[in-house]
Amino acid sequence: MSVIKILNGNQTIAEAVRQIDPDVVAAYPITPSTAIVETIAQFQADGLIRGEFVCPESEHSAMSVCIGAAAAGGRVMTATCSQGLALMWEMLYIAAGLRLPIVAAIVNRALSAPINIHGDHSDTMGARDSGWIQIYSENCQEAYDNFIQAFRIAEHLDVRTPVLVGLDGFIISHSAEQIQVEDDEEVKKFVGEYQAVYPLLDTSRRITVGPIDFTDYYFEHKRSQIEGIENSPAVIEAVGREFGQKFGRSYGFFEEYRMADAEIAIVVMSSAAGTAKDAIDELRNEGVPIGLLKPRVFRPFPHDRIAQALHRLKAVAVLDRSSSPGAFGAPLFTEIRSALYDYETKPKIINYVYGLGGRDINVEHFKEAAAKLQRIAETGKVDQMLGYLNLRE
Amino acid sequence: MKKETWKELTIGTINLDAGNSVLNKTGTWRSGRKPEFLEEHCIQCFFCWLYCPHLAIRVEDGKVTGINYDYCTGCGLCAEECPTKEKAIVMVKEELKLAEGGKG
Repeated sequence: MSVIKILNGNQTIAEAVRQIDPDVVAAYPITPSTAIVETIAQFQADGLIRGEFVCPESEHSAMSVCIGAAAAGGRVMTATCSQGLALMWEMLYIAAGLRLPIVAAIVNRALSAPINIHGDHSDTMGARDSGWIQIYSENCQEAYDNFIQAFRIAEHLDVRTPVLVGLDGFIISHSAEQIQVEDDEEVKKFVGEYQAVYPLLDTSRRITVGPIDFTDYYFEHKRSQIEGIENSPAVIEAVGREFGQKFGRSYGFFEEYRMADAEIAIVVMSSAAGTAKDAIDELRNEGVPIGLLKPRVFRPFPHDRIAQALHRLKAVAVLDRSSSPGAFGAPLFTEIRSALYDYETKPKIINYVYGLGGRDINVEHFKEAAAKLQRIAETGKVDQMLGYLNLRE
Repeated sequence: MKKETWKELTIGTINLDAGNSVLNKTGTWRSGRKPEFLEEHCIQCFFCWLYCPHLAIRVEDGKVTGINYDYCTGCGLCAEECPTKEKAIVMVKEELKLAEGGKG
């Protein structure tokens, strides 16, 4: 039966894991994602899940176990964050290159140094070229819903690509909310039976997984890998729609909030989008024609759809919760600015880096950005394209 | 041999022809020296077999009988590890020949 529970982000992920009951969970606890791993271990000890739970000596090993288990033919997941994801780095590329549909819950957290345990997107943004599909969640409900959909997306035969679901450290992972937890059987049915492709445990067919390629094959294999993520938009869309039909909450590539008649807009992902909606409501009451675009899927980047949604506006501020030192803007900004390049009509666009190491972003900060957007819309002039929000200057 | 296009490849770099690395004759990498097996000094300790990175030590009926030059890269580990006073494997000069290249 579908019920409302009070759960925080970590608990919602664990709850989804209990319902999906993957064959293997391999994970190493790290703040702020520890509770996901702890709760799964508890479920296993209590006999609530049948799958194997493996706690190896590091995150690198955790992802290695995931890769081995997935190659063997299992449905596999992990959870980590920050330094843990960083330690998985080389194995992330291997999971993607071997087209293993592993699902990872990543509780977004800052990267050292300085050491910091709070939420920002440096960890997953750093992994943006690893070949994984990336889906970001605004709140606990979205984390739960995205995590369930992730298995369907990853395992689709046209995709067969690992998926990570991001949820902001502490802000989502440790904040309790009302969550609609769907019926166990209905979730199982939605996710469906897992069909392994070329499992190593099928002893009737001898295969080699992960052989070396020289200069004559590596390029073709990488191109073949790219096809999986390029096939994923149709699947992401279909799964989001089907999820909506079944459970009443539909998902696409991004959410538009009060965008229909907007002249200026803020683009921001994950938990900050919730605060942004409050700011936009207040600004709308003051007569400011502002809207919000909240990207949900960052890889594959829905460049054509986002450009369509933004190109008629006068000014847009893209807010990034990570920096890309030395780059021309932070990751989300560079994608969006590039997506708009081919349009005759396009907005003036600025970039703010915000919230590093869990620094708060409040309604007033969104209003600061909105005020700048209004000035840009009026004058058509951008005095500073790349800036920071809520930073002591 | 015709090489596949990317569209013809099996998903995830899976190789459906398991064990085909035997086709890769790593012996073509040898350059200037090769091991020589001297059976009269061999105590059958199997150190050479254990250390050889290319499985190039020939074993027949449970005994080391020589070197498989198809795969021996001439690294010399076997001669280095041979524990007998009078070595059962010694490195000797080999005339350099242009490698034909292994199968990629």
